[in-house]
Amino acid sequence: MNKHSTIPAPVMHQDLRHDSGHKHVSGRAEYIDDMVEPVGTLHAYLALSDRAHAEIVAIDFEAVRTAPGVFGILTADDIPGENDVSPSHKHDEPIFAVGKVHFWGQPIFAVIGETREAARRAARLARITWRDLPAALDVDAARAAGGTLVTEPLTLRRGDVEAGLEAAPRRIKGRIAIGGQDHFYLEGQIAFAIPGEDEDVIIHSSTQHPSEVQLMVAHVLGISQHAVTVNVRRMGGGFGGKETQGNLFAAVAALAAKRWNRPVKIRPDRDDDMQATGKRHDFVVDYDVGYDDDGRIQAVDAVYAARCGFSSDLSGPVTDRALFHADNAYWYPAVKVRSEPLYTNTVSNTAFRGFGGPQGMMAAERWIEDIAYGLGKDPLDIRKANFYGTDDRNVTPYHQTVTDNIIGRLVDELETSSDYQARRKAVLAFNTMGGVLRKGIALTPVKFGISFTATWYNQAGALVHVYRDGSIHLSHGGTEMGQGLYIKVAQVLADAFGVGLEAIKIMATTTGKVPNTSATAASSGSDLNGMAAYDAARQIKARLAAHAARIYEVAEADVAWVPGGIMAGRQFVAFSELVASAYLSRVQLSAAGFYKTPDIHWDRANGRGRPFYYFAYGASVSEVTIDTLTGEYTVDRVDILHDVGRSLNPVIDLGQIEGGFIQGMGWLTTEELVWDARGQLRTHAPSTYKIPLASDVPPIFNVRLAEWSQNREMTIGRSKAVGEPPLMLAMSVVEALSMAVASEADYRVAPRLDTPVTPERVLMGIKRMRTERPA
Amino acid sequence: MHITLSINGKDHELDLDPRTSVLDALRDHLDLIGTKKGCDHGQCGACTVLVNGRRINSCLTLAVMHEGDAITTIEGLGTPEALSPLQAAFVAHDGFQCGYCTPGQICSATGMLEEMRAGWPSHVSEDLLAAPDLSDAEISERMSGNLCRCSAYTNIVAAITEVAEARDEAV
Ligand code: FES
Ligand code: FES
Repeated sequence: MNKHSTIPAPVMHQDLRHDSGHKHVSGRAEYIDDMVEPVGTLHAYLALSDRAHAEIVAIDFEAVRTAPGVFGILTADDIPGENDVSPSHKHDEPIFAVGKVHFWGQPIFAVIGETREAARRAARLARITWRDLPAALDVDAARAAGGTLVTEPLTLRRGDVEAGLEAAPRRIKGRIAIGGQDHFYLEGQIAFAIPGEDEDVIIHSSTQHPSEVQLMVAHVLGISQHAVTVNVRRMGGGFGGKETQGNLFAAVAALAAKRWNRPVKIRPDRDDDMQATGKRHDFVVDYDVGYDDDGRIQAVDAVYAARCGFSSDLSGPVTDRALFHADNAYWYPAVKVRSEPLYTNTVSNTAFRGFGGPQGMMAAERWIEDIAYGLGKDPLDIRKANFYGTDDRNVTPYHQTVTDNIIGRLVDELETSSDYQARRKAVLAFNTMGGVLRKGIALTPVKFGISFTATWYNQAGALVHVYRDGSIHLSHGGTEMGQGLYIKVAQVLADAFGVGLEAIKIMATTTGKVPNTSATAASSGSDLNGMAAYDAARQIKARLAAHAARIYEVAEADVAWVPGGIMAGRQFVAFSELVASAYLSRVQLSAAGFYKTPDIHWDRANGRGRPFYYFAYGASVSEVTIDTLTGEYTVDRVDILHDVGRSLNPVIDLGQIEGGFIQGMGWLTTEELVWDARGQLRTHAPSTYKIPLASDVPPIFNVRLAEWSQNREMTIGRSKAVGEPPLMLAMSVVEALSMAVASEADYRVAPRLDTPVTPERVLMGIKRMRTERPA
Repeated sequence: MHITLSINGKDHELDLDPRTSVLDALRDHLDLIGTKKGCDHGQCGACTVLVNGRRINSCLTLAVMHEGDAITTIEGLGTPEALSPLQAAFVAHDGFQCGYCTPGQICSATGMLEEMRAGWPSHVSEDLLAAPDLSDAEISERMSGNLCRCSAYTNIVAAITEVAEARDEAV
């Protein structure tokens, strides 16, 4: 670094663009499939089952083996360690099926070919003799088949629910089915393994969780973790779909690489990726809610049943988080919520942005809506009547007290800034004209708990080296998937040292630099890794300050950090100069930082604790127009006010909020997963699975940060997590569509649309309104 | 098959299986890895390149069909040191998150602006004969063949609009 460079301005809380921007726009940003392949690279391709549930009686590999370009075949018999990549360590997720397949699309073996095309073609040539078994594809079928669970269910309970329901003046029972969602990360799953000496193997994996890939590969190869290095420079999107779903691909690449001592790459086709990897859980929620004449909830009793697929994967924590968000922003005097994580003969569902929370909240919004229609009120009034209080009415179903509640202020501000009341009147007036087009408007809140509920996950490490010339090398355990984590952590480090961002080199994430990291998930990336990097800087700065005190002969207390360097007494010393002299005095200029979230604990057996360090809040208003003849609709305007505490980087945070909202809107409106009766996913490409397009963005889309908000907890820069919470802002689209549909029966019948609210569902809703409309 | 492809102004001699797509020719045979594969089915737009100035999904067209055509990829539009106006606008507006769709978005936008300039109407054009206006609706509609799962659409449209307006003023 040039020591004559100008004094750097602080960069935290500033609008800074993604660090790789110039490479992204010029096509130079390297993803795994872009890496130069060493001579001799082989390609693996998975053979997938075309049965939902069947015994494998026999496999004839002859045609596979003799196909052109085939180098070898990998089956379960070729695995030196364990044939399992279960992240829950329940040993229920084989890499290659043995004896039986549990879902359509389950990997059975892999073909290793000289080219990807050769492996891909040969993978279809095995002749398999099957004996079909009965398959349970969804929640109802799973229950009918005996209701096998993939993991321990959870119950949250507070107060006397039975008495609360009995005593309530009014009561409503209902059911909502909430659909799943495919991640459709634009870069599909991929892994590239390069064998090394002895047991060593290096794996480039598109994963949000390099440490887990490392552990899984070690188990599968039957070697120690220290022999496995996992690298991730960037992902082309993750959204939770690369929290555990990359494990299998990395394991297959590593197995083949070690077996044949050649580099091996594996990248499934999009269609196979969509069939063989897990998705957001779909839920069926049955509820029984008691309330009074003002719409105040007295008691909630609900069962959250989830289609988990054939293995546990993350279904335990996902269904737990659904229950943790069964309150959304509402206080329940008495509550009992239970999860039912069901085994089904479908792909094992997994993490997806929000991790069960969105489904938990969607159900809460449904009973709020039911109450509003039951009483003939604006659902917003019911929401407000049930919001958590600040001093009382503030204990969650898991016995954590909400101490940072700002939902009231947020909603009031949004109600005003979006002109909600006047627009609602206009919508009602429009609908009384009784035309073919109907409008709806709704305001929904979000309160989302931040922290991994598996408490031990709330730790992070960083490794910071300062070189003799004052340039800085930054590694941490977080992974970059477009969310802007790398730039945010670099901002933290730049300000900690008082240097400009150009002094910092952001290194690719690797298990060799920072060990035992957690998944970059649960929105926790910058909270955890930012703090770990800050801790590393703190250690190096302490040593530098002691050194400065010594050579400039001032008390350590008289050494102050200022932008660009230090003040030693009255003398300014530039950072690079300080570092150069510290090196000559043999001061250690490298440190490993560490952070663990304080004050959190969770007793799952008793359903009590403080699983969340804090809550992030938000609210949105959506206005829609539906066509009552076709069911088609448009989202005309969306206003969002969202809380990210004191933003580390407003432009990145706004991008997360906009992107999260649109992705949530896709989940709740157009993205429909369809399995046929035989258990094959029929929506396995973007031709049939519809994610939002540029033209689906609402023409009026006002997104603002709640600039007055600061995290009450001591997070980095008093910021709040932003990855997941905005996804749930899209619930207002569903509620607005409901209102438009309900206009067909003068808002006297609760519309109860299941999600995704496709045009077909709107049309069915309208039909139902017409039949059930009171005379 | 032996063919010559003109890519970013340079001729490349290639021996290809006639079934090779332009996308695979670029990525696997020429190390032009800026063009991405999102679906390989013509459904996502990640592989968009320009052929004689027109945008095209390179996964859906065979390399052998393009002898004599001028193919432009993201690498041909600009370099990190000398970005094209659209590339620079995408940086300025943060028109991406993970970046995987970005080369396709920029190639597509480059071709799309030419289509607008030539007066081609779109599905949302009110008047099929008038010059299309630079509304968000027009630009979004014309970019709807390029999926962005991160949904950076707002910033993508803002970046394109900025370049389109600057160009309009220059005319
Ligand atoms: S890769 Fe060509 S359109 Fe998706
Ligand atoms: S930036 Fe990630 S898909 Fe567009």
